[in-house]
Amino acid sequence: MRHKNLRKIIFYIGVIIVLLYFLFPFYWAVVSSIRPPSELFSSHPTLIPFHFDFESYVQVFTERPFALNILNSTIVAGSATLLCLVIGSIAAYAIARLKFAGKVGVMILILMVSMFPQVSILGALFQILRSFKLINTYPGLIIPYIALTLPLTVWTLQNFFRDMPHELEEAAYIDGSGKFNTFWRIVLPLAVPGLVATGLLTFIFSWNEFLFALTFEQIPNMYTVPVAISMFTGYYVVPWGQIMAASVIVTAPLVVLVLIFQNRIIAGMTAGAVKG
Amino acid sequence: MSKTRSDPLHKSDPVYALMFIIPSIVVIAIIAFWPLAQTFYNSLYNSALMFPQNKTFAGLSNYIKLWQDPRFVNDLWNTVRFTGWSVGIETILGILVALMLNKKFKLRGLVRAAVLVPWAIPTVVSSEMWRWMYNDNYGVINSILMSLHIIKQPIVFLAFPSTAMPSIISVDVWKTTPFMVLLILAGLQMIPDELYEAARIDGANAWQRFWSVTLPMIRPTIGIALIFRSLDAMRVFDIVYIMTKGAANTETLSVYNQWTLFTRGFITPYFGYGSAMSVMIFLIIGVLAIFYVRMMKIRLD
Repeated sequence: MRHKNLRKIIFYIGVIIVLLYFLFPFYWAVVSSIRPPSELFSSHPTLIPFHFDFESYVQVFTERPFALNILNSTIVAGSATLLCLVIGSIAAYAIARLKFAGKVGVMILILMVSMFPQVSILGALFQILRSFKLINTYPGLIIPYIALTLPLTVWTLQNFFRDMPHELEEAAYIDGSGKFNTFWRIVLPLAVPGLVATGLLTFIFSWNEFLFALTFEQIPNMYTVPVAISMFTGYYVVPWGQIMAASVIVTAPLVVLVLIFQNRIIAGMTAGAVKG
Repeated sequence: MSKTRSDPLHKSDPVYALMFIIPSIVVIAIIAFWPLAQTFYNSLYNSALMFPQNKTFAGLSNYIKLWQDPRFVNDLWNTVRFTGWSVGIETILGILVALMLNKKFKLRGLVRAAVLVPWAIPTVVSSEMWRWMYNDNYGVINSILMSLHIIKQPIVFLAFPSTAMPSIISVDVWKTTPFMVLLILAGLQMIPDELYEAARIDGANAWQRFWSVTLPMIRPTIGIALIFRSLDAMRVFDIVYIMTKGAANTETLSVYNQWTLFTRGFITPYFGYGSAMSVMIFLIIGVLAIFYVRMMKIRLD
């Protein structure tokens, strides 16, 4: 009995260490963002803040176009997610249910892209977007994000469609419904759980992406959130309070999203990998 | 699917299939394959990004120059070092945390959510959080180490090669262990309980059960997780760019490549050289991917 209790205690100490490890950086960011400068820049910061100062949050929005940056990120990630779901779901349906020559080739082509190192196409993609006058525009980021997230979307959704029963579609065809109509009215509503899972992954990817955003959006008013935060650091000063405040602001919605859709996100993550 | 039935669902229908597939193919062709071909074309010339009309033919000389460039070779080694250490540590930590989450206990839901959050936030944000914690004057890590009398002077973690790379690896481990955890956890949950029962009846202790039941059963999952993670780690850019910008011998291939293309190659004729580097990175990762895929196939057969 004592042996069993001891093991339980060791197990829970392990749990607490894991929790501390994953959560402390967030705690520290929150605490740092609400400290007055005198406490923030102290060589022995207290683990719990004693004075509160929300000046950093005010500065983020008054000294910088951060509200605009959040809007940019929302527009880019939102549009990329929606378009990727539309384009990806019809392709996934064709791969899962329609017969056509060269299906394997299409799959290989799509999967190859998921292994592309982004930096390998960075220079040429910049030239191409520049020739279409898409640098410093929303489509200049949205279109690349669609391409980068399509492989996972198509792969996950075609698995999803494959597992769906045929009977409903067959009934619809017999009733004289066309292929697109059947897909739109019968298949897609049934695929909502799969669409939510892949949509969330696409949104998180686009919201977080840095290298393309850094390269294709070069004026502060067009920066997305990650690029904006990376530019806070100046030559002489690092406004740590503001960096932490901005970090907290963009992390909060993601935390909420993760807490609500935990199971869907995990399903999406593992479906892409375990079945592949 | 029986072929004798003649319902429209199972008829070959290339027109519809084409209409459904074409948008995806067009986007991928424009954003991935066209730039890839263009990158190769660029690598055969010496030119600057801002003066594309002033180009001279260089043939394959940029590729030869690449392997004579000590910075490139060094950065390749840094990238391999980063990948090996971070993926290795993540795998071990991932197995441990996944085993923990596979048990039923209070707080389990909280731990699972807590694990997911670092993965969900932007890498730029996690890098900034850790850069602040590693700060030499005001960082909490130095402060804790000094209160515990482990060190007398604050360590300038991100300024010295001996500490900068481990610091960067620690951020990657924190950020991507969740991916490992959730994948391995999915693998663990597919192991039937009967196997453990049988092992227990045979008198196997916890360690033996792990070694002869759990590990062989989750090996395919670990294999896939390793592939995904190491291909990803070989492309690392964000963490290094934010934490050190490549200083203190932490520069990786992507960071050097981005700098060559857009800083050095902006007005001086190094854009072609940068493009050759891009092609080389593509080839390195491509070879690695093919190698992995073949290895997995052998194991699956």
